[in-house]
Amino acid sequence: MNAFNSDLNEPSPVPMEVKPRALNASMEIVLTDPKIIVEHLSISYSDGTESLKDIYLAIPKNAITVLFGPAGGGKSTLLRTINRLNDLADVVKVQGHVWLDGVDILSPEIDVIKLRRKVGIVFARPVVLPLTIRQNLTYGLELAGQKDRTIHADAVERSLKAAAIWDEVKDRLDEPAVSLSGGQQQRICLARSLVLEPEVILLDEPTSGLDPISTGKVEASLQTLKENYTIVLVPHSVQQAARVADYAAFFLGGELIEYTIGKQIFTNPLDSRTEDYVEGRFG
Amino acid sequence: MKAGKFKDILITSLIKVCGYSAIIFVGMIFVFLIKEGSPALIRVPLENFLQLRWYPIEDRFGLLPLIGGSLIVTLGAAIFSIPLGIVSAVYIAEVAPRWAREILKPLVEVLGGLPSVMLGFIGILVIVPALRQALNLPTGLTAFTGALILGGMAIPTIVSVAEDALDAVPKTYREAALAMGATRWQTIWKVTLPAAKSGVLTAVMLGVGRAIGETMTVMMVTGNAAVFPTGFGAIFKPVRTMTATIAAEMGEVASGSTHYHVLFLIGIILFLISLTVNLIAASVVFRQRKRTERILS
Repeated sequence: MNAFNSDLNEPSPVPMEVKPRALNASMEIVLTDPKIIVEHLSISYSDGTESLKDIYLAIPKNAITVLFGPAGGGKSTLLRTINRLNDLADVVKVQGHVWLDGVDILSPEIDVIKLRRKVGIVFARPVVLPLTIRQNLTYGLELAGQKDRTIHADAVERSLKAAAIWDEVKDRLDEPAVSLSGGQQQRICLARSLVLEPEVILLDEPTSGLDPISTGKVEASLQTLKENYTIVLVPHSVQQAARVADYAAFFLGGELIEYTIGKQIFTNPLDSRTEDYVEGRFG
Repeated sequence: MKAGKFKDILITSLIKVCGYSAIIFVGMIFVFLIKEGSPALIRVPLENFLQLRWYPIEDRFGLLPLIGGSLIVTLGAAIFSIPLGIVSAVYIAEVAPRWAREILKPLVEVLGGLPSVMLGFIGILVIVPALRQALNLPTGLTAFTGALILGGMAIPTIVSVAEDALDAVPKTYREAALAMGATRWQTIWKVTLPAAKSGVLTAVMLGVGRAIGETMTVMMVTGNAAVFPTGFGAIFKPVRTMTATIAAEMGEVASGSTHYHVLFLIGIILFLISLTVNLIAASVVFRQRKRTERILS
């Protein structure tokens, strides 16, 4: 067991083999040893709306899993539940479990701070702090109590390279991060979440405000990152979902309609609603 | 069509008159102050103002005890109200559960609307005797009492304005900090508060400004002895502020006498002090805004 779940005395048992739901039994994909398992998760907000309805989903390691569908489908809620940022929202009812490496992260005993260092997130609009580029990256390390300058420098270079922005900013690390373009800022945010060496990276429409070239760069860096990380992405368009998805889950009105291999869902979806959405008949 | 146009012009000019009259009134008040206050500078030699005695009947117009009294009471109020006010604002904006916030915020605003006489009343009846007994003082009417009650008056202003500023910080800042593994405390201290800095500063200035200009409560609870405060023990002795002096003596002074003009001079000094406080606040806020604009452009 790693440091993260050492807090818990007994990690709860988890099925090691999970069959994600698909309509046709022959199309089911079988994952062994998934990173995250969402088990019968339902979430309601205080205004009475139910955001997620009995979601069952297994997210594999070292792959890009895409959560897509029209707005209001519960994708962001699910994403933010995985690192407990949804605690800030006005949630009244949470049922079910989310297992990360066999630990139920919805359990009240979990150390949320440690969880968030292990599960990084990148938001739709790049939120760089009003600091220099270097400070934006080292901030998370300082919060974690890491003061060693050489470790800082190494981590900055490593994560900027991983986010495919090192070459563009290596000579101007001490300039304010807000002076960068939107696409560069978004990759700084990606690098910032990588600094803490997370195991899972959540991305909530990370390219919605970016031009096609910047979008391409972010997508390319995701393809490299997935070799070492578990990536969960809410894309800003079906086209992006189709480009990057190894696995894809289609959400509609808080329900998981279909979840299978990316190629399958975009070329030959099983559910007629998925087909209508993918082909652009609604949404 | 034509009637509509006429109405438009009428309303625009009415608004214009209202806007300009505000400026004109302030200007006229200032001119009046100067006109009534400046003869004091001619009639009374400067060194008379710089002595430690305020005995207008004997032509001793030492302003230092009054300025000192105002400063000590205001400073005391600031020391006590600024930390308490900001921490309360942080609690309401960042920590309190929703139901507590919905009760606390209106309550604080009601507290800000309490008439100052009422607070003076509470001061005389409750705090003054309690303080006299607790510290075994000859009188409970002290600078400390005044500072306590003025601080209490400044807190609702500080809390209300600072809470608005904290509330206006984009949610994304908080989320970004939390997502990086910051604790709630780190998020508040290193992200939310710095981001709301200019608003919090405005809150402090408004609160302290209210304390400087307050008359009624300080007159009721500070004892009104024009003694120059010296040493640390002075906070537990009676003082007299500039505002209380004007309020207490203006009604009894012969119009046009030297004493009358000196009271107006005190008014000018008060005006200059609050102008300086406001200018400092504005320049800090302005400089900061300019820097963010430069970064964002």
